[in-house]
Amino acid sequence: MNPVQASRGAAIDLEAISKAYGGFKALDGVSLRIEPGEFMTLLGPSGSGKTTTLNVIAGFTDVTSGKLLVGEKSVVGVPAHKRNIGVVFQHYALFPHMSVGRNVAYPLTLRGVDKATREARVARALDMVKMGDFAHRYPSELSGGQQQRVALARAIVFDPPLLLMDEPLGALDKKLREWLQLEIKRIHRELGTTFVYVTHDQEEALMLSDRIAVFNRGRIEQVGTGRQLYDEPATLFVGRFIGDSTVLRGEARSDGNSTALSIAGETVTAPRKLSGEASPVMLLRPEKLSLRRPGQSASGGNRLSGTIGEAIYLGSESKYEVKLADGSAAIVRSPLTGESFGLGDKVELCFDGSDATLLADDASADTTLT
Amino acid sequence: MSASDPIAPPAADQRPGKAWRPFALTAPALILLVAVIGYPLLTIVLRSLSEPEWGLQNYAWFFGAPVNLTVLQRTFVISAWVTLVCVIAAYPYAYLMTAVGPRVRLVLVLCVLIPFWVSGVVRTLSWVILLQDSGVINSLLRGVGFSGVKLIRTQTGVVIGMAQVLLPFMILPLYSVMKGIDLRLMRAAQSLGARPSRAFLTVYLPLSLPGVYAGAIIVFILSLGFYITPALLGGPRSTMLSTLVQTQVLSLLQWGRGGAMGVVLLVTTFVLLALAAPVMRSRHREAGRH
Repeated sequence: MNPVQASRGAAIDLEAISKAYGGFKALDGVSLRIEPGEFMTLLGPSGSGKTTTLNVIAGFTDVTSGKLLVGEKSVVGVPAHKRNIGVVFQHYALFPHMSVGRNVAYPLTLRGVDKATREARVARALDMVKMGDFAHRYPSELSGGQQQRVALARAIVFDPPLLLMDEPLGALDKKLREWLQLEIKRIHRELGTTFVYVTHDQEEALMLSDRIAVFNRGRIEQVGTGRQLYDEPATLFVGRFIGDSTVLRGEARSDGNSTALSIAGETVTAPRKLSGEASPVMLLRPEKLSLRRPGQSASGGNRLSGTIGEAIYLGSESKYEVKLADGSAAIVRSPLTGESFGLGDKVELCFDGSDATLLADDASADTTLT
Repeated sequence: MSASDPIAPPAADQRPGKAWRPFALTAPALILLVAVIGYPLLTIVLRSLSEPEWGLQNYAWFFGAPVNLTVLQRTFVISAWVTLVCVIAAYPYAYLMTAVGPRVRLVLVLCVLIPFWVSGVVRTLSWVILLQDSGVINSLLRGVGFSGVKLIRTQTGVVIGMAQVLLPFMILPLYSVMKGIDLRLMRAAQSLGARPSRAFLTVYLPLSLPGVYAGAIIVFILSLGFYITPALLGGPRSTMLSTLVQTQVLSLLQWGRGGAMGVVLLVTTFVLLALAAPVMRSRHREAGRH
């Protein structure tokens, strides 16, 4: 990738953006800096404000308060057609009365690009999305995946410094989606444009993004790389939204530098303390948990007794759902080489206290996920 | 038992070769069409060629009298004006119908349909009251300084009256096409750099054209045969062909000449439609739904 292209992306600064519809706050003080050329994903459940944020950047929605800078220039009040930002929509939004070639040429025609240059750039953009042979077809003659690739070509053909994508793969089936994710990643690398991508699919976010901003109820809960969000979730909501997780709740006691939870008569400890007053919960990733038969000797660490509620064979590994004494469920992933368990087996759930993430309890994290 | 199993479907239904069955259902409509359109049409053509004797004398008469040709031309000109006025008046109205909520839309639909349910004669007579020299419109115009504007018994009056009567035929097909246009396409066009006016001209307008064509054809063809409104609102200088036919047939009992005029109108209409067809058959694909 040459350095000129690499620096072509625009930086975006959202500063305390709020958007209210009547009494409802769709965005409640959203601040985010997106670096030039970065692939930033806005991730969250529906109604969390991620699409509103995208519409604010695109200029489709104006803000109630806050500052928005694209390429270090304020664009508040600038209409959408003057922002020079590429947008890819979930519903493709190709013009049905124009051929693929004319669809892609549309933004160039508007900019008064001469015919020869236009044709060359349309061909280049269509080649980039591997739709070069389809210029004379009409959108209705294409599959969903093909239409979305044309829409992508149309959004990049005028070399915008910023490309926004609103759940572009949401209407496609899984196989096609995975393949197009790789294509989008490749195009991002080749163009060096800043990409802002909206999705509710955490796997898609992990697969595509440099960084992810997790939205919930009109606010950003955490911004970070996929790894940061998975290993060090800042809130219970983020921990539960990214990846599988087990949440242990119980009567908490903190002393010195450790926290103990008492769960239906059994106690587990973690060598950490939560600052603040909130009652702590432990969040554990499935690969940090292991299962043993009761009474089997084991090296130290925490144990909780439970029953296998569900056993799922996943090919390379097995996934177990373990019912704990307090009625909650734990999710454990274990390699097939280990011992296997059947439905109803009594087991002990073991983990190292240092693998548990301590987080402030938030009852709303459960309800907003469902 | 199995031979008369009531659950087993009758075998005959599954055999091929029964494709005519759906057509059998349309038989009543087809018979009616043949009886009330096909037969009279045939009679008119035959009479135009056979009365008072076999030959082309009725057509020779029609094309021999300049007044007939003037009226024929005027019929097409007035119909074209009516169509144009209807397009201009109906387009924003139909668009408004797609843009408002269901309640306001119901009111808008009723505003279109209620006059439609009132007899054309009554509506035309109310236009006589409005348009006459001492009528409401003229007194209003006098109030702002235009005096003696002649509306009744002029071509303008005829166009106004006919456009009002025919407006629903323009609004309804337009609305049905417009409500299928995905307004998100306009947002896409803006994100690609189109001013709202440009987005309208390059995206919305072309997608709505099938509705314009459909409405325009209906209005134009209905205008060609309009009788009551031009007869009541028009004067001698705005006579349309239907009035001439009426005079020939009912006053002069010249069935042959009347028939010939009808045939000329029909053929000319077909020719115009054939000329317009290639324009309308432009490559409009399914309006952006998915």
